[in-house]
Amino acid sequence: MSGPSVLFDVPGPKARRTSLISSIVAGLLILAGLGWIALTLAAPRQSGGITLPGFFDPTRWNIFADPQVWSFIVFQGVVGTLSAALTASVFALILGVVLSLLRSSETAWIRVPIAVVLEFVRGMPVLLMMLFILLVLNTGAFWAVVAALSLYNGALIGEALRAGLASLPRGQREAGLSLGMRPLQSKMLVEFPQAFRQMLPIIVAQLVVLLKDTSLGFIVGYTELLRVDMNNLGSFYGNRYLFSLFVITLALYLTMNLSLSWFARWLSKRTASKSSGKRLDPTDPGQAMLEAAAAARQSAAP
Amino acid sequence: MDAVIENLPTYWRGFSMTLLLLGVSGISALVIGTIIAAMRISPVASLRAFATVYTELVRNTPLTLVLLFCAIILPYLGSRLEYQVAAMIGLSVYTSPFVAEALRSGINGVPVGQAEAARSVGLGFGQTVGMIVLPQAFRMTIPPLINVFIALTKNTSVAGGFFVFELFAAGRELANANGDAVIAILLGVATLYLVITVPLGVIAGQLERKWVVQR
Repeated sequence: MSGPSVLFDVPGPKARRTSLISSIVAGLLILAGLGWIALTLAAPRQSGGITLPGFFDPTRWNIFADPQVWSFIVFQGVVGTLSAALTASVFALILGVVLSLLRSSETAWIRVPIAVVLEFVRGMPVLLMMLFILLVLNTGAFWAVVAALSLYNGALIGEALRAGLASLPRGQREAGLSLGMRPLQSKMLVEFPQAFRQMLPIIVAQLVVLLKDTSLGFIVGYTELLRVDMNNLGSFYGNRYLFSLFVITLALYLTMNLSLSWFARWLSKRTASKSSGKRLDPTDPGQAMLEAAAAARQSAAP
Repeated sequence: MDAVIENLPTYWRGFSMTLLLLGVSGISALVIGTIIAAMRISPVASLRAFATVYTELVRNTPLTLVLLFCAIILPYLGSRLEYQVAAMIGLSVYTSPFVAEALRSGINGVPVGQAEAARSVGLGFGQTVGMIVLPQAFRMTIPPLINVFIALTKNTSVAGGFFVFELFAAGRELANANGDAVIAILLGVATLYLVITVPLGVIAGQLERKWVVQR
């Protein structure tokens, strides 16, 4: 359904005017709501007989004038988050490739147990995996976060790659085999590069999820951005800066995630124009996975 | 194994809280998500812009941050909510853009030809939407919606890190109390999560398979 123009007649001058007026009214209402929130936050507040300054008062933000605070946030927090995310995404990619090959193996003895394990991993919360690795394997917080994220996202990336492999036309494999390649050779040299390229937007979108999930390290005690800002700086400078610290944390997370999401979208547009395949929506990996799996099943059916 | 059986009441307390979180935030996310999806396709430009910005911002915020806001910053700003209610609000807000996207993709998935055909045989706007588009869109949104709920089930575990006693928190407490049976206790927690997520996944896969063939 592209655009509502199919559903009803082209609006005349009267309908256009109504829609313009309601657009302005709704816009004003939204702005008024946001303004009300801002005013409430900015107003000085009473607490136990003491008047505290509003949340936009300079005394609540002055710590950010200190370059040391910023270097702490960047070198402890952002670097902590990014190093966990980078390490985990490398392992997740490797694991994804291996799992997709094992999962689409010809031998049932390999295929079936891997399928069960994948199902098990996908049905469990990442947080529980982190706790499990932390308590049982006693690895320390960093490796618990990295291992759980790699395992979970590796399972999802593996499933995406398998769907990509399955949705390729069968002729690709047959052509590879008819040239005298062994099955594994044809898989690695002919099929895999195509599947990887087709699934690249989903994989990058899954990496956005991975980056977001590093913040779960806050709960299992890994020092990443959230813990650095809310716990370390929050208790060092006291409660009065809690709100300001939260706003800064949110802004940093949004910057990282939005830029990666936009990269995924750009990538999907680029690959779509080159390959004739259906474009998968990269913003929601779960959604795109369903479509990919459905496409795979469709092409598997004769 | 004994540790698991002895502590079944604690498990049950956590499990019922997880189910409660799942039910309440699932329903309210469905409501908010439907409103956002309606705003997203409405002819009013400012509502459309608001819904787009909302979706983009909430989807790129980590859930931990949303729940931290509800559990720590909101009381600091002067709210008197209980932690469970705060967690429910956080989970609903976080899940709503995903619901909205699932609904929108379902409506977008109906081929334009369907609406064109309906219009060309003389059906009006209400008839086209009500009799042709929505019935087809509905069944295309069910598998993605189930997927959203599976994700929500797993996400309720994050609330356990913010003072809500649900399955994850129960598991953590039991693991701390029974240091000799950590593996059994955590596997018990995992089983209870799988009891919710695996059947939902099977249903989603089956519906997807059934309905994709019919098109």
